Amino acid sequence: MAYSETSQLLPGTLFLLILKSLVRGPLHGYAIAKQIKNASANGLEIQEGSLYPALNRMLVKGWVRAEWGISENNRKARFYRLTAEGRKQLHSESREFEKLVKSIQLVMRTV
Amino acid sequence: MPTFREWVSRFRFFRDRRSFSGEMREELQFHIESLAAELEDRGVSKDEALRRAHLEFGSSQLVQEDSREVWQFRWLEHLAMDLRVGFRMLWRNPGFSVLATLCLTLGIGANAAVFSWLEGILFRPYPAVAHQERLMALAGTARGEPGASALSWPDYLDLQKNCPLFDAFFVSKITGTSLSIGERAERAPGSIVSANYFEAIGVHPMLGRGFLPGEDVGSAAHPVVVISYQLWQRRFKGDPHIIGKTQRLNGVFHTIVGVAPEGFYGTFVGWAMQFWVPASMEELFEAGGYKLEDRSARWIEAYARLKTGVTAQQAQQEIAAVAGRLESDFPLSNRGRGVQLWPLWATPFNGAGTLLPMLSIVLVVVLCVLLTACANVGNLLLVRSFSRRQEMAVRAAIGAGRGRLLKQLLTEGLILSFAGTLGGLAVAHWCRHALILLFPARGGVSTYLPGDLDWRVLSVTAGVCVVATLVLGLFPALQASKVDLAPALKSEMSGVVGGHKKSRVRSGLVVLQVSLSFVLLVGMGLLIQSLRKIRTTDPGFSTHRVLNTAVDLTSAGYDIPKAKAFQDELLDRVAGLPGVESAAFARATPLGYGSYSSSRIAVDGYNVPPEEEPTVQYNEVGPAYFATTGIPLVSGREFLRSDDEAGAPVAIVNETMAAQFWKGKDPIGERVQVKGRWMSIVGVAKDAKYESMREVPIPFFYVARRQNFTIDGGLNIRTPLSPQVMAKALAQEIQSLDSNLALYEVITLQEQVDRSTSSQKVAVTLLTALGTLALLLAAVGLYGVMSYAVSQSTRELGLRMALGARAADLLRLVLLRGMVLTASGLLGGVVAALLLTRLLGTYLYHVSPRDPLAFATALGVMLATALIACLLPAWRAMRTDPMQALRDE
Repeated sequence: MAYSETSQLLPGTLFLLILKSLVRGPLHGYAIAKQIKNASANGLEIQEGSLYPALNRMLVKGWVRAEWGISENNRKARFYRLTAEGRKQLHSESREFEKLVKSIQLVMRTV
Repeated sequence: MPTFREWVSRFRFFRDRRSFSGEMREELQFHIESLAAELEDRGVSKDEALRRAHLEFGSSQLVQEDSREVWQFRWLEHLAMDLRVGFRMLWRNPGFSVLATLCLTLGIGANAAVFSWLEGILFRPYPAVAHQERLMALAGTARGEPGASALSWPDYLDLQKNCPLFDAFFVSKITGTSLSIGERAERAPGSIVSANYFEAIGVHPMLGRGFLPGEDVGSAAHPVVVISYQLWQRRFKGDPHIIGKTQRLNGVFHTIVGVAPEGFYGTFVGWAMQFWVPASMEELFEAGGYKLEDRSARWIEAYARLKTGVTAQQAQQEIAAVAGRLESDFPLSNRGRGVQLWPLWATPFNGAGTLLPMLSIVLVVVLCVLLTACANVGNLLLVRSFSRRQEMAVRAAIGAGRGRLLKQLLTEGLILSFAGTLGGLAVAHWCRHALILLFPARGGVSTYLPGDLDWRVLSVTAGVCVVATLVLGLFPALQASKVDLAPALKSEMSGVVGGHKKSRVRSGLVVLQVSLSFVLLVGMGLLIQSLRKIRTTDPGFSTHRVLNTAVDLTSAGYDIPKAKAFQDELLDRVAGLPGVESAAFARATPLGYGSYSSSRIAVDGYNVPPEEEPTVQYNEVGPAYFATTGIPLVSGREFLRSDDEAGAPVAIVNETMAAQFWKGKDPIGERVQVKGRWMSIVGVAKDAKYESMREVPIPFFYVARRQNFTIDGGLNIRTPLSPQVMAKALAQEIQSLDSNLALYEVITLQEQVDRSTSSQKVAVTLLTALGTLALLLAAVGLYGVMSYAVSQSTRELGLRMALGARAADLLRLVLLRGMVLTASGLLGGVVAALLLTRLLGTYLYHVSPRDPLAFATALGVMLATALIACLLPAWRAMRTDPMQALRDE
């Protein structure tokens, strides 16, 4: 059920987006959602119902680490930090993604 | 595929799951509050902002659940849930659960017990012996002769020297002796072993030592003995200073050098060895004199342990190569001789060989019983799955996938079969040593047939459990996979007569049960008939009013003249005892423990066909032997006191021998040459059984004991007195003659016959027990199916009644349906039995595997049982109240 709401995203891209948004430093869940929304000029909206299960799945896989910290409005918040493993994953996933997009574009242009 | 790291983090999560829930809640709370704060910034009121934030966020509970699920072992959670539900379902139907568990306990228990026997008797037969998995039996072969023969000592030594693929070779040849300790004498089994025996098997004597290198060299050079723990405790009262003491074995004092540890029973399937002597003492325990340097004297039984990693095939090749060299080096003794390795379970020279066919039959039978039990439980589950159709439909309606439903049903099957397996293992534990109980005690000679519940048995049993689960879960699962939401809500009625489509599986199971039980019943009938035939076969001697015993003279150091004098004196005294009609000594007892003498013979006027060397067995018997044992004489006379050392050598032949060598001519007055001495025939005796109740008539003759004296012999007494009374009287007489002498057990010849047919009786007992079990299970199955059919068709029955059917009609209706099921089962059973009973092979004696009586009896028993099983449901059907039945709907 966790994935049904991400159907507007290409499959597997949720992980990629989260990983990418963490490249510049640790963020909490709300900030991740917000950053993706802003960066895509409101084009992509991550549902909370998918975000947190995805974050947890990434914790399980060891791509991110969670730590408690203080948010910009001085509230206790849970920050997610990219691990070395996560960086590696990001690289391979973005390569894959670019390949995929290029292929799709090729198809769109030629056919 | 989860990586190792994922497992680690999941386990960490599982450990910290409490704090995780808290953190999760806190994190989501933060998210919602941040959302609200943003809304507030845009000017929404605080309460409204929070409300909208919550609304936008959706179900925080669901997010938590989904997040948590990521971490968890989902299947584990589901399993736990299924188990909980399963237990609840079973708890709610205690009658069903108990019945099902009981069926499985019996089925799995019977299997586990037989597995434990197979393991303990055939696969790991020797407790305390190291590395049995690499141990193989070593025996000789002779070209043109099937089966195995013994090995010679020099051949054995050469094999040991020239086979580097082996860790160790050792000899263990069964022998026996009379042990007289105190005033009690008994036969004790023991082994003649190579000096490396205890070292090779990794058993260290608990007191004293094993044998020293070199103690197996020389002629009667090392009279030393290691005794068993059992013997030490029982006969020497655990004397701590036993080492260094002496015990007379076969007339020679042996120094006790060691006591074997508790729980070690030697290396011979079927017997618990009581003593071990080195091979150098062989001539004392074996016929044929000193044989350690004679390559043509084949007498030893040996084992070899393969080096780690060596396959049986490689080992056999090496052995065969060495045997081939021996054949060319020593053509005189070894021409046509080979050597072969055997897996322990097929050891040709011990009880493994005789028990293997019986255990295989029993294994097939218990699998049948298990199948019957599974069919029963499957039926019960199936019946229940009908009443749970609505439950299943509801589950499916609220989103449970077919897979989940299946898993739930399999879990219930698992709970049942697990409970059954636990119960079954308990049953097996109790039955572990049950096999031995079926064999009769033999006057101190210890049979030993252990079961062994080790990890291998446990894992096979676990395998059975899994298979049972699958089978059990399968029936309701077949049903569940057909769950359609709509019709499940309507109540479906099955008819008693019509045999509703869905009752086919159930009926099929019952038919299967009836078939299996019928096969077992036929097998049981055949074996019982065989046993009766064997036991009622005329052994050729009187079985009642004849007692048999012996006095141990060898152990007491008697020489031949002293023994002769003693036996004469004893015979006179026994003959004078009140109630004794006659008494006679004989070297060997019919069907007894010892073997007969045998000799090549020559007969006047009998031209020996080329290549034939007529060898005939004989017994050395005293005066009045025939009168005492009741073997009738066809013509001539019995041995007399005058047939002694001074008299002319005489012999009595049996009818078969007379027919074979004298071809219809009266042999009385003719001569037969035995061991180079001519004897004249003075009588012809009727054929009797000599070695086995099952033997066909064999040529046999008797010689006068006085003219062929050996010290040991059995005493036969014709008397109506009981063995106990006679034993007391005899003990007194013997004590007054020589207080050093010990008396053996006193038994009737009938007892002797019974003991000799014990393995037949074991087969009968086992098959009867298992057959009864299967019959019982089939009856329960039939009862269950018929009861269910009746309970589900009250409306139909009520309607029939309302339309004028009488109670008797309903009774007939139900019984007919039950009988149709039974008849179909019987049909299958007859076909199966016709095909399968041949497996009983040698256990059948003078009974055809298609014996009509056995088939008819089984048919009758099965029908009667089925009738009883159907009567109760039929009676219930008869009592259907039409008003009640119709109103219910």
